[in-house]
Amino acid sequence: MADKAQLQEAIKTQGEVVRKLKSEKASKEQIDEEVAKLLQLKAQLGGDEGKHVFVLKTAKGTRDYNPKQMAIREKVFNIIISCFKRHGAETIDTPVFELKETLTGKYGEDSKLIYDLKDQGGELLSLRYDLTVPFARYLAMNKITNIKRYHIAKVYRRDNPAMTRGRYREFYQCDFDIAGQYDAMIPDAECLKIVYEILNELDLGDFHIKVNDRRILDGMFAVCGVPGEKFRTICSTVDKLDKMAWEDVKKEMVNEKAPAEQNGADEAGVSVGSVAGGGRYDGLVGMFDPKGRKVPCVGVSIGIERIFSIMEQKAETSSEKVRTTETQVLVASAQKNLLEERLKLTSELWNAGIKVEVLYKKNPKLLSQLQHCEETGIPLVAILGEQELKDGVVKLRNVASREEVRLIVSQIVYNLSCILTKHFD
Amino acid sequence: MADKAQLQEAIKTQGEVVRKLKSEKASKEQVKVAKLLQLKAQLGGDEGKHVFVLKTAKGTRDYNPKQMAIREKVFNIIISCFKRHGAETIDTPVFELKETLTGKYGEDSKLIYDLKDQGGELLSLRYDLTVPFARYLAMNKITNIKRYHIAKVYRRDNPAMTRGRYREFYQCDFDIAGQYDAMIPDAECLKIVYEILNELDLGDFHIKVNDRRILDGMFAVCGVPGEKFRTICSTVDKLDKMAWEDVKKEMVNEKGLSEDVADRIGEYVSMQGGQDLAERLLQDPKLSQNKQACAGLTDMKLLFSYLELFQVTDKVVFDLSLARGLDYYTGVIYEAILSQTIPAPAEQNGADEAGVSVGSVAGGGRYDGLVGMFDPKGRKVPCVGVSIGIERIFSIMEQKAETSSEKVRTTETQVLVASAQKNLLEERLKLTSELWNAGIKVEVLYKKNPKLLSQLQHCEETGIPLVAILGEQELKDGVVKLRNVASREEVDVPRADLVDEIKKRTL
Repeated sequence: MADKAQLQEAIKTQGEVVRKLKSEKASKEQIDEEVAKLLQLKAQLGGDEGKHVFVLKTAKGTRDYNPKQMAIREKVFNIIISCFKRHGAETIDTPVFELKETLTGKYGEDSKLIYDLKDQGGELLSLRYDLTVPFARYLAMNKITNIKRYHIAKVYRRDNPAMTRGRYREFYQCDFDIAGQYDAMIPDAECLKIVYEILNELDLGDFHIKVNDRRILDGMFAVCGVPGEKFRTICSTVDKLDKMAWEDVKKEMVNEKAPAEQNGADEAGVSVGSVAGGGRYDGLVGMFDPKGRKVPCVGVSIGIERIFSIMEQKAETSSEKVRTTETQVLVASAQKNLLEERLKLTSELWNAGIKVEVLYKKNPKLLSQLQHCEETGIPLVAILGEQELKDGVVKLRNVASREEVRLIVSQIVYNLSCILTKHFD
Repeated sequence: MADKAQLQEAIKTQGEVVRKLKSEKASKEQVKVAKLLQLKAQLGGDEGKHVFVLKTAKGTRDYNPKQMAIREKVFNIIISCFKRHGAETIDTPVFELKETLTGKYGEDSKLIYDLKDQGGELLSLRYDLTVPFARYLAMNKITNIKRYHIAKVYRRDNPAMTRGRYREFYQCDFDIAGQYDAMIPDAECLKIVYEILNELDLGDFHIKVNDRRILDGMFAVCGVPGEKFRTICSTVDKLDKMAWEDVKKEMVNEKGLSEDVADRIGEYVSMQGGQDLAERLLQDPKLSQNKQACAGLTDMKLLFSYLELFQVTDKVVFDLSLARGLDYYTGVIYEAILSQTIPAPAEQNGADEAGVSVGSVAGGGRYDGLVGMFDPKGRKVPCVGVSIGIERIFSIMEQKAETSSEKVRTTETQVLVASAQKNLLEERLKLTSELWNAGIKVEVLYKKNPKLLSQLQHCEETGIPLVAILGEQELKDGVVKLRNVASREEVDVPRADLVDEIKKRTL
């Protein structure tokens, strides 16, 4: 345990680090990281005084999704999943961890990037690194020879995210694969059609899809005189052409091949700048099947984290606010002692399937109720009042335009539904 | 590494175990078969090829397409309900700093999955969604939020004893955080549980409510020593599956209460009712002297008046025997129980995945002190919430699907584009693409010249309702034969009207 004086000195120094970063307007991630270190030091000091103090931070390389990010995420998933469903795909889910041997058998060199679970006396487990190995394991385990499936889930890699902005250790992958023996190139073409449809619907601007074939590449290397054992390494050098000039790529090919430093591949295994990637992989499932039975596969991985960031940026610069709820009406009152009436009407509307909120206050001010609507984007407010109740009506106000209509209470569900369908669907 | 001969002996023995189980028609013990494969694999490994053991980790399982279809239906109903009530949603990482989790779960630490120390921070898989929520609120200094969170959590339980007890399972939490006028958010939580259970159509149910303050006040006036409150509370909690006599025995023999005290408790915990019971107890000579109990009872009256306005009192019961296990409840507590319950397996700790006792499908309550534990300045954020026992609901729905005559579809395809004749792949692909572009859900077989029969069989197997059949003559006439797979009725539809015709028939 550090000496109290040493701790206080460390806290002072760390405090200066934070202040400096803030004045330099450094990136939020950097500031957050240093602030967390500061809090951790302070916590140790507080710990000496008895109370258990928690360090309030997420693990390195991971992040929470706040409601706005979740709303964007939902929109993106809906577009992508609709497309998969339009093409007749089913979906599966697998556990977040697998037997360690299931994962490391495939990823020899990448093993150091795999998160292992602590040996607590049971099986040795690791967090899944992608969705492809679990898929191959699932097919082999269930002896499945034909399936068209999508799988959207988080995967885990112990990357060093410090260097690359936005590189997370926990991130979504969105895979679509067609497994089975079929007539040539038809499923392959459908995969490309799906990528095309998704990128169109996401409205991310212009895009193009590059295609090639492993057999063409290998054939080309052969006829150019590349020795067989160098095919794979030359292949990864050629891969750098999307971000290095030919002269540099050629240099790397001719001189000693440098150790792979900047692996441009980002979360989806696609190079930075790209939003989807995939291809045919006929040998994988056979590796898992005890009898080596082959199940040819072709598929694509959508770079969904990249798409999230693009959509988040668009939302920030857009004038349109992203709503985090879908509430259609707030039930409000201008006068006191109308909580009962508000709760009754709210319940009636919920029972009719209308999305309604009501403030948890016995006597809220009308202004705060209207403010809540404006802040959260609720389009309509149903205002109860003594006189209106006597007359058997409710005032329905359009929050944006402030136009009001009087609706008959006994027909409120019907009238409100009509208005919602007509103007707000 | 085991001797090859020893391995072969072990394989022979294990093979016999597997054969015996199969002849006894034992439950599908994949573990046993996998053990056999594992042994064989070790043998295979000696011969060079890397052989994978094909199994999921203990206590975890894959979801196949049928289960996913059921899961999606359940989630849609539940999430619609949350949205109808104006809730937002958040997501948190699957692992947290180990200290974040263990600071809260002192004794349960042994059930937490730790990540291996690989030189960085010490991490553990989240054990529930409540601690991440409290961490999220404190970290972002949030004082008011109404949020739902549906995600998997991890507990290193021993699943062997309890059928269907997983180590990785879904939790579905809804919570309202913030300082508000008493009991209104609490009532909304109950309204939400009521709506969800109705819509899921799981049969009859009822929701028990009680209050920590009423329980503690009751223990006090019955003469339970203060330091025994929590332990007596967990004994009372067993009343949902043990008879009073056995519960009383435990109180007296194991927990050291006198019989008198136990009997006094017995009188109270047998009481059930509605707002009227709360009224009566406020007049009770002993309870009315206890401040805590009075506060709880007054709030219980208020709660019931709101539940009346929400029209849910027909299924809500104020039950003094409800004593939910978790320490952090500070006010109202509730539990929803289905009337048609699967008989509970005989075991001690009735609490299942959702922290609710077996037989129940939802549980929750008010917990005002939790966020303050996480906030560095100890700022309090009162919370009330509910956890839906979603794994339980999945099993019930899966069983219903198995016994039902209606097949569960795993795709939503509306039409298969087919052809009876050869050399029409091009035409099939063209039409398929047209239909996709119009937003129709279409499949086409990946065969140049498939037989019509296999195309129809595919429709029948997967539940595709319509098939659009192309033929030489029809192409010349500019029409497509649209057939209803079930009824076999066919009609020739002009190509231009095909999209509308399909939409009409597959509403």
